[in-house]
Amino acid sequence: MAEKMTYVEASREALREAMQADETVWCLGEDLGRGSVFGQYLGLQEAFGPDRVVDTPISEAAIMGAALGAAMVGTRPVVEMRFSDFALCATDELVNQIAKARFMFGGQSRAAMVIRKPTGMWRSSAAQHSQSLESWYTHIPGLVVVCPSTPQDNYSLMKAAIAADDPVVYFEHKNIWGMEGEVDRSLAVEIGKAAIRRVGEDVTIVSWSDTANLAEQAGARLAEEGISAEVIDLRSLWPWDKAAVRASVAKTGRLIVAHESVRVGGFGGEVAATIAEAVPGARIRRLGAPRSLIAYAPNLEDQMRVTVDMIAQAAREMTND
Amino acid sequence: MSEPGDDGDNRARSIALLRMMERIRAFEEQAILAAERDRLVLGAIHPSIGQEACAAGIMQALRRDDILLATHRGHGHTLAKGADPLAMFRELLGRAGGCCGGKGGSMHIADFNVGMLGANGVVGANITIGAGAAHGLKLMGSDRIAVDIFGDGAVNRGPFLEGLNWAAVYALPVLFVCEDNQWSATTRTRTVTAGEGAGARAAAMGLPVTTVDGNNVEEVAAAADEMVARIRAGNGPEFLHAITYRQTGHTSFDKAAYRPEGEAERHKMEDDPIARQRAFLAGMGVRSAELETIHAEAQAEMAALLKEAAATPFPPDDTAFTDVQDIGSPAKEAF
Ligand SMILES: Cc1ncc(C[n+]2csc(CCOP(=O)(O)OP(=O)(O)O)c2C)c(N)n1
Repeated sequence: MAEKMTYVEASREALREAMQADETVWCLGEDLGRGSVFGQYLGLQEAFGPDRVVDTPISEAAIMGAALGAAMVGTRPVVEMRFSDFALCATDELVNQIAKARFMFGGQSRAAMVIRKPTGMWRSSAAQHSQSLESWYTHIPGLVVVCPSTPQDNYSLMKAAIAADDPVVYFEHKNIWGMEGEVDRSLAVEIGKAAIRRVGEDVTIVSWSDTANLAEQAGARLAEEGISAEVIDLRSLWPWDKAAVRASVAKTGRLIVAHESVRVGGFGGEVAATIAEAVPGARIRRLGAPRSLIAYAPNLEDQMRVTVDMIAQAAREMTND
Repeated sequence: MSEPGDDGDNRARSIALLRMMERIRAFEEQAILAAERDRLVLGAIHPSIGQEACAAGIMQALRRDDILLATHRGHGHTLAKGADPLAMFRELLGRAGGCCGGKGGSMHIADFNVGMLGANGVVGANITIGAGAAHGLKLMGSDRIAVDIFGDGAVNRGPFLEGLNWAAVYALPVLFVCEDNQWSATTRTRTVTAGEGAGARAAAMGLPVTTVDGNNVEEVAAAADEMVARIRAGNGPEFLHAITYRQTGHTSFDKAAYRPEGEAERHKMEDDPIARQRAFLAGMGVRSAELETIHAEAQAEMAALLKEAAATPFPPDDTAFTDVQDIGSPAKEAF
């Protein structure tokens, strides 16, 4: 039975259910008692008390490091970083400690936790509150990287992330907190399985996070023009659904990878290279932000965007010749 | 503190403290030989020779299920917490059956069976992790506590502030220990540390601070007993500042030529924690033959274990890909 929910409500409901089902699940971050910046935790402190929904000092390194210690003694923390940008203050704790805690100690330990990092451009937030850095974390063995783009996925993937015994870096896009959609609480999504948003024959468009929504709009527009695009939302970047993308490109012969993060060193390069090796002769294009910084003024901010038009135009050009 | 004429329990305890320090020293002397003479230990090792009283004195105050987080200089802490020295030697040699399967080595030595959740290769990083372990224990309503040991150099890193503040704010069951050997690698710590240093900084965050002669194992043990009892009773975190001295170089390969001439020699001659405890026990009436036996037994134990470790094979190649992660594991990732 599906219910209408927003993107922010969906992950909140997933967290609420997980906390009800398992008393070792708890969350920690700044201002959680007031719901955090975007209302992700509204009502949870009232429901579960301040010991399980912990208001922390502005100490990102301690939030992340303490979560690891607490995970090593058997609890399952959900870490709130407020903005993915601030998680950089806890880079050692995530990259050197959490990601390595299991391997380095020869499997004696697990770091079962979810690290929530609201990501992406949102309302003139400028250079330190707008970045998309998901590709960085795909480079770190030990981490799982998840980028949901719909309310259903934000519900189902949050549940999967909390249930996982691995550290899951969980990027929620700030621009779509209010996005509404049908959510079926009984629907499980496996981390690592892409969603085929639209079936097509001429070109494959791969994306994730909010850009997957733009790719879907581009697919609809292209259909009106007689171009049949297959739109794939990866949903997670590590692991990513290579099999789905390979099968699609084997059929269409053309691949566009589109993402909000900077094109240089973006995960699109990894997708493109992998498919170039796996599907000889495939034509491939990458769309990402120019390698510049995100500004405050809306017209400057827009210079960094990958748009529906840009995705559709790339598809037209590729299918034209 | 034990005095001559105390009952047998005190005597046994004082002997046990000496025995543990002798075992730690013997372990590390063998490890240094394995590194320098035999080239069996390939990575860097950071000996705690001269600092054994901290490990022995603090760990005797803990239960097996209490939690410990330590530093790159962590062999002594790990052994004193109850880890198996054979598994530790195997780990230093990168062998199968090492406590971390040969994946961690000296700097990541850990034995979760005895609550030792890891040495750490990043200075100061264990401070927030230890606070978090205590947070988890408190959340679960456990009466276990955590001990979080770091060096004097770590007090200049951010996690010192964040971790101590965190523990104080949530009144966590954690004992922070600054094992102050006065040197941060090749730099004298006080030349790069503002104000009154470790204890003053901890006190500023409201933690009760106890300062001890870290080379007097009886004093360390007595302080640890009291602090651990208060922490276990739910009185919140405390801070132990133990003043000691690093008798060796920073690593086993470091000749420490940067130190003023005679400084290390003076400490070895006058302030060695093992020599001091032997003198203390002699004053209690323990015969020198018994002290010699303790020494010889520790030496023989560790020499034999190193031999045994050296005869162990390296871990299977495919374990380079295990225990990374379940989801997206490199053991399964293939295209
Ligand atoms: C964050 C970080 N910076 C630098 C180093 C290199 N390093 C390893 S040990 C050490 C000295 C640490 O001094 P202290 O904390 O007093 O501990 P000690 O070595 O004396 O036991 C340094 C600089 C490191 N491992 N981690």
